[in-house]
Amino acid sequence: MIAIALQIAAGCVALALLFNGWRLFKGPAIGDRIVALDTMVINAIALIVLIGMVAGSDTYFEAALLLAMVGFVSTIAYCKFILRGDIVE
Amino acid sequence: MIGVIEIVVAALILLGAAFVLIGSWGLVRLPSTMERLHGPTKATTLGLGSLLLASMLYFQSVRGVWTAHELLIAFFLFITAPISANMIAKVHLHRLRTGAITEQESLAGPPPRPGGEGDWATFEAPKQNTQASTANT
Repeated sequence: MIAIALQIAAGCVALALLFNGWRLFKGPAIGDRIVALDTMVINAIALIVLIGMVAGSDTYFEAALLLAMVGFVSTIAYCKFILRGDIVE
Repeated sequence: MIGVIEIVVAALILLGAAFVLIGSWGLVRLPSTMERLHGPTKATTLGLGSLLLASMLYFQSVRGVWTAHELLIAFFLFITAPISANMIAKVHLHRLRTGAITEQESLAGPPPRPGGEGDWATFEAPKQNTQASTANT
């Protein structure tokens, strides 16, 4: 039962990533693109967690945690760059 | 007992996947930037929290040990999601103010004005005459 649920969930997350990619290309404002990138990172973390459950290995959680941190920092850096024209002032 | 845990884990996985999908569908479907901010920052983060909870229960039932990795990730995401949403909203407000973009047609109408007099706090100049202020240097 868990195996079937995992397959369905992986399909849902993959579809969600496609939606995000569509919004990333469509735009129109730069805010939409930042939101799309941020959501893509969150969906990638979800996919990593699902893969970790399929593989039954807890090595994947370090990757998920690192991706969460890098995704947050990159979103903030992108916003800062748009807001101020510079990242480290 | 194993059966109950299996059902709970499968239900949490499906719930999380549904929330993640609904959040991203909101990103596609909603008409304006400020509204599109809602789907990913709320629904997707909540869905990921559910997935992480399912993963924690799953590894507990397989290995018989509690792991804190998932809680760490969920905690971190729940803290950072509002901060990134705030930054993106600020970007939107500043771009609107400089005229780089115009407010799109939206379901809820244009965003309300801030209460009281004055404009959004993010438009204000840095405070002067405070100890930490860099505006005077």
